[in-house]
Amino acid sequence: MVNTAAERRSTLPGFGLTMGLTLTWLSVIILIPLAGLFLKTFELSFDQFWAIITSRRTLNALRISFSLAFAAAIVNLVMGTIIVWALVRYHFPGRRLFDAVVDIPFALPTAVAGVALSSLFAQQGWLGAPLAALGVKVAFTPVGIFVAMIFIGIPFVVRTVQPVLIDLDVEIEEAAASLGANRWHIVVRVILPSLIPALLTGFALAFARAVGEYGSVIFIAGNLPNVSEIAPLLIVIRLSEFRYADATAIAVVMLVASFLIIFIVNRLQRWAQTRAPMH
Amino acid sequence: MVRRLLSIAVALLWASSALAADVTLLNVSYDPTRELYVDFNKAFSIAYQKETGKSVEIKQSHGGSGSQARAVIDGLQVDVVTLALAYDIDAIAAKGLIAADWQKRLPLNASPYTSTIVFLVRKGNPRGIRDWDDLVKPGVSVITPNPKTSGDARWNYLAAWGYALKKYDSADKARQFVSELYKNVPVLDTGARGSTVSFVERGVGDVLLAWENEAFLAQREFGKDRFEIVSPSLSILAEPPLAVVDAVADRKGARAVAEAYLRYWYSREGQEIAARNSYRPRDPEIAREYANSFAKVELFTIDEVFGGWAKAQKEHFGEGGVFDQIYKN
Repeated sequence: MVNTAAERRSTLPGFGLTMGLTLTWLSVIILIPLAGLFLKTFELSFDQFWAIITSRRTLNALRISFSLAFAAAIVNLVMGTIIVWALVRYHFPGRRLFDAVVDIPFALPTAVAGVALSSLFAQQGWLGAPLAALGVKVAFTPVGIFVAMIFIGIPFVVRTVQPVLIDLDVEIEEAAASLGANRWHIVVRVILPSLIPALLTGFALAFARAVGEYGSVIFIAGNLPNVSEIAPLLIVIRLSEFRYADATAIAVVMLVASFLIIFIVNRLQRWAQTRAPMH
Repeated sequence: MVRRLLSIAVALLWASSALAADVTLLNVSYDPTRELYVDFNKAFSIAYQKETGKSVEIKQSHGGSGSQARAVIDGLQVDVVTLALAYDIDAIAAKGLIAADWQKRLPLNASPYTSTIVFLVRKGNPRGIRDWDDLVKPGVSVITPNPKTSGDARWNYLAAWGYALKKYDSADKARQFVSELYKNVPVLDTGARGSTVSFVERGVGDVLLAWENEAFLAQREFGKDRFEIVSPSLSILAEPPLAVVDAVADRKGARAVAEAYLRYWYSREGQEIAARNSYRPRDPEIAREYANSFAKVELFTIDEVFGGWAKAQKEHFGEGGVFDQIYKN
């Protein structure tokens, strides 16, 4: 008996109601606001739109947001992998505490995180003072933005990779070792390929969060146009000047760019999954 | 048992209503007046309690004067507005929320205190800033807020323009002077306090164009050993006005309290509070008493040089006005 899709669907009761609720909720929360964003931008003529998004200040703000978010996500990828390896594979006193600490950037309100980071890295701060003595200025420079973005992205990589690493059988590694592979081979050929889908997901999440982050970043950023102004701040400034269409234009560009990047990461993940040995 | 719980609940409700104030007012003010109104509200509520036996709670909102006016126009339920310039209150009056003759309802053009624009520089004045001319020198970084949102920003702009007009006696040269000034501005914050934060806490810029009261406050808060106040040769007389928002006060029935609140500014105590916070009092006696704590600056008024706020706003700060033309960012 062929189990067609229609038959499969109709055996489970409540489909209509579930579908209806899901569509309504997603529309109200996600689709309608995003559509509103695009509609507001359509108030501008294409020339006006182009002038706004290619203006020096907008391009610089987008450049700062995206490039620093990308760099921060890469750093989180590397450091996050090391952290998750240590948390999963080693048992040491205080392990549970460190595991909980990884969640702090998640749980902390962004404004609190922002104020904490900026007072830490300010000229007279605990970390800022010794760094200033070395000639490194962190607070109120793009470096500060970078630091804030790393801070908020930590949990994404760790929490995404952790379950995958826990599930990874140590026996596979032992088998590889017994077949003559050295440690480097085992890491690169056996462990990492299995982790790559999770790593890419974690990277994408950390990147997406860093690009849109406002609260943690504005306290430590200098907010100087063209130098240390992030795109979300520029949107807020345009709103405060009552230039709503300008603000939505920049928001639309950010939205489209973020979708593209997530889409690319998604594709990479699919490709990695087809090549991963164990999944 | 239920009756016991019920009577406890009723008692608690009654007690909590006794804790709440009899009257609540919302005062929408401009950016730098936070500390001023902490003092003023405390003094007023004590005085009001003594006089009428009722307690009053005043809630404050602060932000760039233009933004605040927009919020009130957009429907924020506010009892009194205490903004940086008459035009912002006129804009609210134009929407029918305040009577058109609001400025005559209180003495002295509804401005119980005045202020002016001075320069705040870092200790030792490393750039040697003495007057407006030093602000247009290449390499000098000037901090001033955004005229689209801030009242202080517009007073700063007009003070600079007024100086250039007097020096060069030409509107074109004045425009060029102000253009060069804004080329030296790295960032425009939304309000006077935002600019102070940028200059003082973030270390941006060589000189801050600030309200006189804000400059003194920065010195008080952060130490006289970190900042110096430089008085320019010429500056503008700023008259920040107050008004009761008729539409809201009448509906809430709080008009009497709101008017008493604003009138308190004209009392001795009110004028003292202004003077103590570095706002220039109007009362001649108190002004004499505090004469030495204010900068000695030659002042011009907006009416003398620009023909009033309505004209200045339209010409300089409106959509497509002079500011839009000279500052492309």
